[in-house]
Amino acid sequence: MPDTYDLIVLGSGPGGYVAAIRAAQLGLKAAIVEREKLGGICLNWGCIPTKALLRTSEIYHYMTHASAYGLSAEKAGFDLAKIVDRSRKVAGQLNAGVKGLMKKNKIAVVEGEGKLSGKGGLKVVKDGKTTELQAKHIVVATGARARDLPFAKADGERIWTYRHAMVPKEMPTKLLVIGSGAIGVEFASFYCDMGAEVTIVEMLDRILPVEDEEVSAFMHKALTKQGMKIHVSSGVEKLEAGPDGVKATLKGGDVQQFSHAIVAIGIVPNTEAIGLEGLGVKTDRGHIVTDGYGRTNVEGIYAIGDVTGPPWLAHKASHEGIVCVEAIAGRTPHPFETWNIPGCTYSRPQVASVGLTEAKAKEGGRQVKVGKFPFIGNGKAIALGEAEGFVKTVFDAKTGELLGAHMVGAEVTELIQGYAVARQLETTEEDLMHTVFPHPTLSEMMHESVLDAYGRAIHY
Amino acid sequence: MPIELKMPALSPTMEEGTLAKWLVKEGDTVASGDLLAEIETDKATMEFEAVDEGTIAKILVPEGTDEVKVGTVIALLAGEGEDAGAAAAAPAAAKEPVAKDGGETAAGQPATDKAPTPTPEVKGHGASPAQDVPASQPKHDPGDRIKASPLARRLAEQRGVDLGSLQGSGPGGRIVKADVDGAQPGKAVSAAAPAPAEAQAAPAPAAAPPPAAHAVPDIPHEAVKLSNIRKTIARRLTESKQQVPHIYLTVDIRLDALLKLRTELNATLEARAVKLSVNDFMIKALAVALMDEPKCNVMYTPGELVTFKRADISVAVSTPTGLITPIVADANSKSLSAISNQMKDLAARARDNKLKPEEFQGGTASLSNMGMYGIKQFEAVINPPQGMIMAIGAGEKRPYVIDDSLQIATVMSATGSFDHRAIDGADGAALMKRFKELVENPLGMIA
Repeated sequence: MPDTYDLIVLGSGPGGYVAAIRAAQLGLKAAIVEREKLGGICLNWGCIPTKALLRTSEIYHYMTHASAYGLSAEKAGFDLAKIVDRSRKVAGQLNAGVKGLMKKNKIAVVEGEGKLSGKGGLKVVKDGKTTELQAKHIVVATGARARDLPFAKADGERIWTYRHAMVPKEMPTKLLVIGSGAIGVEFASFYCDMGAEVTIVEMLDRILPVEDEEVSAFMHKALTKQGMKIHVSSGVEKLEAGPDGVKATLKGGDVQQFSHAIVAIGIVPNTEAIGLEGLGVKTDRGHIVTDGYGRTNVEGIYAIGDVTGPPWLAHKASHEGIVCVEAIAGRTPHPFETWNIPGCTYSRPQVASVGLTEAKAKEGGRQVKVGKFPFIGNGKAIALGEAEGFVKTVFDAKTGELLGAHMVGAEVTELIQGYAVARQLETTEEDLMHTVFPHPTLSEMMHESVLDAYGRAIHY
Repeated sequence: MPIELKMPALSPTMEEGTLAKWLVKEGDTVASGDLLAEIETDKATMEFEAVDEGTIAKILVPEGTDEVKVGTVIALLAGEGEDAGAAAAAPAAAKEPVAKDGGETAAGQPATDKAPTPTPEVKGHGASPAQDVPASQPKHDPGDRIKASPLARRLAEQRGVDLGSLQGSGPGGRIVKADVDGAQPGKAVSAAAPAPAEAQAAPAPAAAPPPAAHAVPDIPHEAVKLSNIRKTIARRLTESKQQVPHIYLTVDIRLDALLKLRTELNATLEARAVKLSVNDFMIKALAVALMDEPKCNVMYTPGELVTFKRADISVAVSTPTGLITPIVADANSKSLSAISNQMKDLAARARDNKLKPEEFQGGTASLSNMGMYGIKQFEAVINPPQGMIMAIGAGEKRPYVIDDSLQIATVMSATGSFDHRAIDGADGAALMKRFKELVENPLGMIA
C-alpha cells in the first residue's frame, strides 16, 4: 500500500517547502520529496550563499577603501577557502532551518528522485529503493537549472555555471561573464571587488535588460568605472577551454583569452524524467503550463515556481505556492499575477525594481509622470559615502497609480518593498506624498522621487 | 454534506430582515421552487423559495426572529440520499477546512487564517459576524464608510462608478482597482441607480448622524418598534434632505379640460371596466413632459450626469406600514388605460406588502398626489438617486382670471422638487411649463 497524503510537493525549494507549510497550516496531510537538499537551489546554491559571498566582497571593498572613512586597513587580504566555507555554512544553517520547519509542521520528508506515476501516484527512488506515495493533489516544484552554451558545456574547471562560481577553488584573474542578468552581474561584481579583471558580454543592447533603461545605463557606467569591460549587442561565438584558461571568440571575430568564464545566459526548467509526459501534462518550451492557481491541464497535478516560467525568482515561487495550496484547500485567494513582483540584483551598486519600466508604461499607451531623485541629494547617502545612484518612480498621469519604481544604489534592495506595499495597497501619489519618511534615511529618496514626479521635490 | 440555506438578499440594499414565518418544518421534503419561508425585508414581505431539493434537516433560526443578517445560515437541507439526522448534526464539522477528503468541499468560505473556521453563531438576534455575509450583492449603506483603495476611489470617481454598488474583492471586502475595472462605468451606474432603496450615488459624505436618542417624556404613550420600512423611509429621506439641494417650482394648472376629457373617456371605457383617475393623467403627463424636457429625466452621480431615455414614474402609495413607490415603467409610451390598470394592481399589492423588489426599485422620477386629502400645495422630498419629484395638490374651484375677466375655474397647484446639482432652475421651469401645457390641453398627452 502506498503512503497516502492529501498533498505531495515534488521539490523543496522556496516554492515547494513554502507550499508544504501552507498546506500543513490549512490542515492538509502533506509530504515533500527532495532529491538533494531541503531548501532547493535558493538557499543551498543560489540566493543565500551568493549573498554571503557578496557581503564578503563588500566588506573587502570597504577595507581597500578604508582611508575614505579615515581608517587604515593596510594589509587587507583574503583566504578564498574561508570565504567559500562561510558561504557554505550560511547555506547549511538555513538548510537545517527548513528541516526544522518540516518537522514542526509535521510534513513528511521523502528523499529521492520523484516521478509521477498514474493518477495521484508518485514513485520516489533512492539508492535503488522505490517508495510509492499517493495523493489527491501533487504540486510540481522542480525548479530550473543553468542553461549551457550549445557549443561549450560548463566543465567546472575553466567554464563555470553559477554553481561552480559559488565554490571557487582558485581566484580567477581574468574573468569572462557571459550574460548580464542578475546572476551574471552579481558574480561580475563579486569577482571584480575581489580583484579580478572582469569582462561582461551581453547579447542585447544593454546590461540588466529587464530593468529600466536608465538603470541599465547607470549600471553600465558604474561598472565600467570600477574597471569592468562591457560588450553589449555582442555574444560569444566560440569558447574553448584549455589547461591555462579559456579562449573566447566574441561576435565580430574578436578573440580574447580569459582565466575563467561564467555562463549566465538563462535557465532550463527541470521538466524531464518526472513523468509529465505519461500523464499528458502540457508544457510550452519546457515550462509547465498553468493557470492563476497553479493548475495544469491534468486534474490533481499543479506546478509552481521556476518550472512554470518567468520571472525566475524565489519569492515568485513562494507566492505561487501559497496561492496554489490555498485554492486546493478551498480558500479563495486572488489568482497569481506577476504585476507586483519586485526584482533585486545584489551587485555593488545594488539594483531593485517593481512594476513597469518607463518604456513599458509608455508602450501601453499611457501618459506617465516620471520622478527621479539622486543619491547625491540625500544626506544619509552622503554620510554613508554612497552618493551614487537614484530612485525613479513612474506614475500614471491620469490616475496617479504608481506603475513602477526603479532604484540603483546602496541598500536599494532593502527599500523596494516600500513601493511594493504601496502598489499592493493601491495607493496613489497623494498617499505617498502624505507619508512621513524618517530622517535621515535612504528611504527619504523614495519620498522625494514621488514629489519630483509632480514637480515638488524639496532637496533637488 | 447538508446544504446550508442562508438568509437571502431579496433586495439590493437588504442587509438584514425578519424571518417572519417558516412555511416548512423539520423533516419536510422540499423540491426546487417550493416556498420555504416568508421574509420581511426593508420594503416588503417576500417569499423565499427552495433552489435545491432535499429534506429540511434543521431549522436554525426560529420564525419571528428579526434583524437576521443576510448570509446567516437559517436552516440545513439534507440532499438526496443523505440522512437528515446526520446532516443536522454535521454543521460544525462541515466548516472544517477541507482536509481529509482533500478539498472537494471548496465552498469558498471566507475565513480567518490557520484555525478552523468557527461556525458562525446563529443566535436569535442577528448574530453572524459581518464577514460571513457571502459576497453576492452590494451591501454598502450610504452612511457607511466604504472600504476602497485610494486608487480604486480615484478610478471610480473618474469613471463615474458608484463605489457603493461594488462588491470588494480585497481583504475584508475592500474595493480594489480590479473591482472598479470590472464594473462597466455607465452600466454600473444606471444599474445601481434608479432604485429608491439603493445606495445613493452621491459621494458618501460623513455618515448621517444617528438620530439623537431623546428621552421619551413622561407622558402617557405607546412605543412601537420601528418596522424595517419605517427605518428605510427615515434613512432615505434624511439623506435626501441633507445631501440633495432641493429647488421648488410651483405652477397653477386649470383642470377643466382634463376633467371633461376624463368624463368622456370613462363613459366610453365603462364597457371595458376601466375608470381613469385624475392621477393616471398626472402619471402620463409627467412621463411625456420628462421625455420632452430630458434635462429633468436625469440622475446625478459624482462623475457623470445620466440622462434616461425612458420615463419610469414612481408613484407614492400610502400603505398601512408606510409609504412605498411602485413604478409605472415606460409610462411615456403606455396608454392611459394601461397605466390605470397597472396602477390599480400595484397599489393593491403594495397595501398587501406583496410587491416584488423590481416593482418598487428603480424609476426615473416620482409623483406624489395629496389632492384627495384637500392639500392645496406641498413640496415633496426627492427620492434619490432620482432627479425630481412632482407634488400634486387638490383640484378646486378658484376665482381665476380668464381673458381679463374674473371667472371660476377648476385649478390645482403642482410643485416640482428638483435636484439642483443636476437640474438648473430654467430646465426645471421648462418641465413645469410643459407639464402645465399637457394637463391643460390633455389631448396632447394622448396623441
